[in-house]
Amino acid sequence: MERISRHTPREVAGESGSARRLNIGGIPTAPTAMFLVVLSIVVVVEAGSLYTIRELWAALRLAGFESWFVAGASALLALASVLIALPLTSAFMRWRDVRRAIARNDVVAARIARSDALNRCWITLGYIFAQFIAALACQFLLANNQAVAKTFFLVPLMVESFPLVLKAFWVNVEIFTVTEILVLIWGLIVALAMLAPGTAGKPLRVIAATYVDVFRAIPAVLVIYLVGFGVPLTGVPILKDFSLTAFVIIALTLTVGAYVAEIYRAGIQSIHWSQAAAARSLGLSHLQTLRFVIVPQGVRQIIPPLLNAFIALQKDTALVSVVGVIDSFNQSMLIATNHYNLSAVTTVAVLFIAISIPQSRFVERMMQRDRARLRGVVV
Amino acid sequence: MAFIEICDISKSYGDNAVINRLTMSVDEHQVVSIIGPSGSGKSTLLRCINGLEAIDRGEIRIRGDRITGSGVDVNALRRDIGIVFQSYNLFPHMTVLGNVTLAPIKVLKLSREAAEQQAMVLLARFGLAAKAGEYPDRLSGGQQQRVAIVRALAMDPMVLLLDEVTSALDPELVSEVLGIVRSLAEEGMTMLLATHEMGFAREVSTKVCFLCDGSVYEEGPPEQIFGDPARDRTRAFLRSIRDAKRI
Repeated sequence: MERISRHTPREVAGESGSARRLNIGGIPTAPTAMFLVVLSIVVVVEAGSLYTIRELWAALRLAGFESWFVAGASALLALASVLIALPLTSAFMRWRDVRRAIARNDVVAARIARSDALNRCWITLGYIFAQFIAALACQFLLANNQAVAKTFFLVPLMVESFPLVLKAFWVNVEIFTVTEILVLIWGLIVALAMLAPGTAGKPLRVIAATYVDVFRAIPAVLVIYLVGFGVPLTGVPILKDFSLTAFVIIALTLTVGAYVAEIYRAGIQSIHWSQAAAARSLGLSHLQTLRFVIVPQGVRQIIPPLLNAFIALQKDTALVSVVGVIDSFNQSMLIATNHYNLSAVTTVAVLFIAISIPQSRFVERMMQRDRARLRGVVV
Repeated sequence: MAFIEICDISKSYGDNAVINRLTMSVDEHQVVSIIGPSGSGKSTLLRCINGLEAIDRGEIRIRGDRITGSGVDVNALRRDIGIVFQSYNLFPHMTVLGNVTLAPIKVLKLSREAAEQQAMVLLARFGLAAKAGEYPDRLSGGQQQRVAIVRALAMDPMVLLLDEVTSALDPELVSEVLGIVRSLAEEGMTMLLATHEMGFAREVSTKVCFLCDGSVYEEGPPEQIFGDPARDRTRAFLRSIRDAKRI
């Protein structure tokens, strides 16, 4: 009895003279439904976008920004929103190509065109979705007679309060810069203590692990509060004479140091033990091995998580307002209370964004250069 | 008195006895090849000799000095015992020159100039002078392994342990590394090599030890071990190697 299957042995052997065909479908169909769906979405979102831009322009005119610049910017924005027609048009062209190829019965050309058409439909969808989100955000700002925009982005107040906020922001910069330097040293010390070898190192390991457990668990704001208000009350010599800024730096170092110690430890442990074996068998001591072989390699691994911890720390400097340090957040809250408007706080947010992004880019480039140096990868 | 005396040592990881009452000796200027199936304890034996692994019983002596057990300064010991690993283990964050000079500078307290001068002499001798400023990941496996050997030689060791130094290499790179080992043997460097290169072991060694289940099952001059092995398991092992056309 002949086995019934999609590929009978005879077919495979090509006995009948016809070689087995690859079964990847016959002539495709034009992606009409997909194209129509995308087209209707684009029409709706585009109409909404243009309406939003018009409203934005009107709002700016009402707010007294009537100038050729605003008009020009609005026109440019409208023009930019129409750019979505480009991928849509090319999707349409390729959709037409599919139809023509089908008419010619050209399977390969039809497949290629269909794949292109679908791909361009997806690209159009991706961009129109982004445009939709942007329009929605604008609508939110304009809602309730531009109440949102006025509450968070009252430009005259932002301009007026900017020098004051910027000056207070330097307090944040000072705190996090000093803390970062201290944390780099303190975290490494704790990490090395966590990795102290042998029975002699055990008490050290326990102390370090306890410290990390405790300070990772306590909210940073509590540590700042306890250290900033508590230590001056205790009247301990030397310590009590520190400034408030010094106390919050100590508090932040203690908190972030616990995280950074864990990061260091992970980095050190990520270095394969064979590296330590090689170093030790050359006669290097435990500390020399850490110093010259393990830590320099571990540090490369930990730069990205370290940057994360640092950006988190920079943001956490806003917590020092709880003990009354006049940092940018505290300053902006004072302004907000006086003017019954939060725009100065928005300025602080913008300042934090402005310092965080360059750091990420800088670290990325630094890592890339280092990889290129060690591996010979062309950047 | 032999140069290295390994007396009745054992080493186990939990229930797994990797080395089991092993006794062996190496004379000065001898090249001893350690062969045997994988898991027979070759690498562990070498790692015990330079103190990377502590042994559970027995003792190892070099020139009559006990080098195992408590009270031994392993850092000092390792200055005189070089080891080269199967996977090179070069330090990827240092240049070739940095790799070779690290231990002479930090351990032997040589000045940087002296260490670099000595390193350049060694590198030049093994055809690596042009690579002194390169990072290890830019070198071929054979070059990396040669650097690893130079790094061990820079400490001017009394004995060199080679742990399957060609096993991670592509076949065409094996000869450049074996060439170095051969020239070291000709100079009279005392060496212990764990190896799967039977042809090379036969050519270069003064003594071959066949390890099996953690102890020396048979030992003798290479002609005898490879030509006329006396015991069954040695024969079976060599036959399987021969069948795989590795001789």
